[in-house]
Amino acid sequence: MADPLLSVRDLVVEFPTRRGTLRALDRVSFDIMPGEVLGMVGESGAGKSITGAAIIGLIEPPGRIAAGEIRLKGERIDNLRPEALRKIRGKRIGMVFQDPLTSLNPLYTVAQQLIETIRTHIDCSEAEARKRAVALLDRVGIPAAARRIDDYPHHFSGGMRQRVVIALALCAEPELVIADEPTTALDVSVQSQIIEVLKDICAERGAAVMLITHDMGVIAETADRVAVLYAGRVAEIGPVREVITEALHPYTRGLMGSIPTLTQESDRLVQIPGAMPRLNAIPQGCAFNPRCERAFAPCFTERPELLALDGGRRVACWLHDTAKASEVPHG
Amino acid sequence: MIAFILRRLLQSVIVMIAVAAVSFTLFRFVGDPINSMVGQEASIADRQALRDSLGLNDPIILQFGRFLGNALQGEFGISYRLQMPVTELILQRLPATIELALVSGLLAFVVGLALGVYTALRRRGVLSNVIMTASLIGVSLPTFLIGVLLIWVFAVELRWLPSNGRGEVVALGDWWSTGFLTHSGRLALILPAVTLGLYQMTLIMRLVRAEMLEVLRTDYIKFARARGLSARAVNFGHALKNTLVPVITITGLQLGSIIAFSIITETVFNWPGVGALFINSVRFVDVPVMAAYLMMIALIFVVINLIVDLLYYAVDPRLRVDRAGKAH
Repeated sequence: MADPLLSVRDLVVEFPTRRGTLRALDRVSFDIMPGEVLGMVGESGAGKSITGAAIIGLIEPPGRIAAGEIRLKGERIDNLRPEALRKIRGKRIGMVFQDPLTSLNPLYTVAQQLIETIRTHIDCSEAEARKRAVALLDRVGIPAAARRIDDYPHHFSGGMRQRVVIALALCAEPELVIADEPTTALDVSVQSQIIEVLKDICAERGAAVMLITHDMGVIAETADRVAVLYAGRVAEIGPVREVITEALHPYTRGLMGSIPTLTQESDRLVQIPGAMPRLNAIPQGCAFNPRCERAFAPCFTERPELLALDGGRRVACWLHDTAKASEVPHG
Repeated sequence: MIAFILRRLLQSVIVMIAVAAVSFTLFRFVGDPINSMVGQEASIADRQALRDSLGLNDPIILQFGRFLGNALQGEFGISYRLQMPVTELILQRLPATIELALVSGLLAFVVGLALGVYTALRRRGVLSNVIMTASLIGVSLPTFLIGVLLIWVFAVELRWLPSNGRGEVVALGDWWSTGFLTHSGRLALILPAVTLGLYQMTLIMRLVRAEMLEVLRTDYIKFARARGLSARAVNFGHALKNTLVPVITITGLQLGSIIAFSIITETVFNWPGVGALFINSVRFVDVPVMAAYLMMIALIFVVINLIVDLLYYAVDPRLRVDRAGKAH
């Protein structure tokens, strides 16, 4: 297997508060291969966005990376000095945010923002940067890019603005793009177009994508592999087909069951009872145990580690640990 | 754009007419102007004759129209107290007030902006906390107390700066006299300017800080950081410009109030400006001067408001509606 582009190992992110330290991420590990699209799903507060922020080095203080490491092509980037980290942002790792209406500075034209970003990372003249910017806008599907480039963000619709945001994230040709819910704020009708543009342009440049979303439909269509986060921990990682059709972790199964399908005739959707625990009240053992129908003795005492299974799948669940699973009363 | 300016101009005119109405009422109803003009021996017939000749028996609307017409020509009558044309009196003293207001306004804006940006960027720094605490003093101490304190420290104890007056002035043109060109003029300006500007400075500083913190939390700043732009470009290019929109408004309006409220500072420092003139006029019920002062301050406010609106336009492209219309 090739070397991963991005490798996250046992990442812990903590937020010190007056009432003790909260662990937003608790030993999260995953890899992203070059050119791959990794979907990252989970409920709100599961730690998806924090993972993205940690990788790009933009966790809001007082939050901090307390342990673990992040490597980009084998090189550690979690402990870099601010200036060195800044040179990676935009240049090697691009980021697309959720809300295109607020992601662009309203007081500068699209051209000004693109040219500034290009010239920060690539040594070129103003005219050359402008040429690149126009080509890029054209590529992300802005009609009459050469004319529209001098417009202000408020002259564009939401979908068009997200295209501009994608152009901005990609303008220095990063190897990895972190897309944090890039379509959540958009009309359903333009969501798939934006995902399409993002996917195509990254594929064409060989950039890997970490796609953060809670839209399983988007994941199913776009991602190569998917990581499921629950309460700041990775519950399951695997190729997207397998995870959707035969989820291993009871939480993933519940998540998939809660997606309505048109083909299946059913009156009610499956729902997972209860809610994700708050970060200051994560139960001992497996974080999912209060909501899990199949929880058994070890789930309440020991935290399951990510187990590597066949077919590149990984799951953090005692049910799949052969030694422990033998204790299950009836399987 | 032109429609916008015209609309604003029309609003300004309405404001000015309203203020003129108030000034006029002052004239007409605060005491009897005839009493202020003639001696106690004047007979009732004499008074009636004077009343007729001054047009005080005409219908109110006609009198108001005449007042407006005169005001438009800068004619506000003769000061009861000083027996000089009011306009001349005010023009004579206006340069002192304007110089003082501009210097303290500039001081307040520049220092306030710098401190505001600093305390926002170094939110948890020790110096920021010291500045923030000190600014509370600036906000809460009354102007006259600050003035007296400054006089006591710098004029009485240290003897570095003069305690009152404008120093030597140089005449520029027909009616402008400036204190900028002489050493004593510049020295005399320091204490009153600091006194007058201190409150505005702390206000601007706190506003800039609050706005800046707000802007630094926005998505476009996060996105700018995520694109790897330098801290300088993010803080001063992207964040500061967005901070300026509300700051310009407040600063502009504050400049108006600096001029209007220079009364206290001018009194404390015996500054020969229009504020001191106004206070003395109030004491002697010198109605023409009071009315003219009212009109002048209103005019200054209206003009500054107009300029602020236009600046807004220059800073924020979202307000340029006509361009947006073309783009679609």
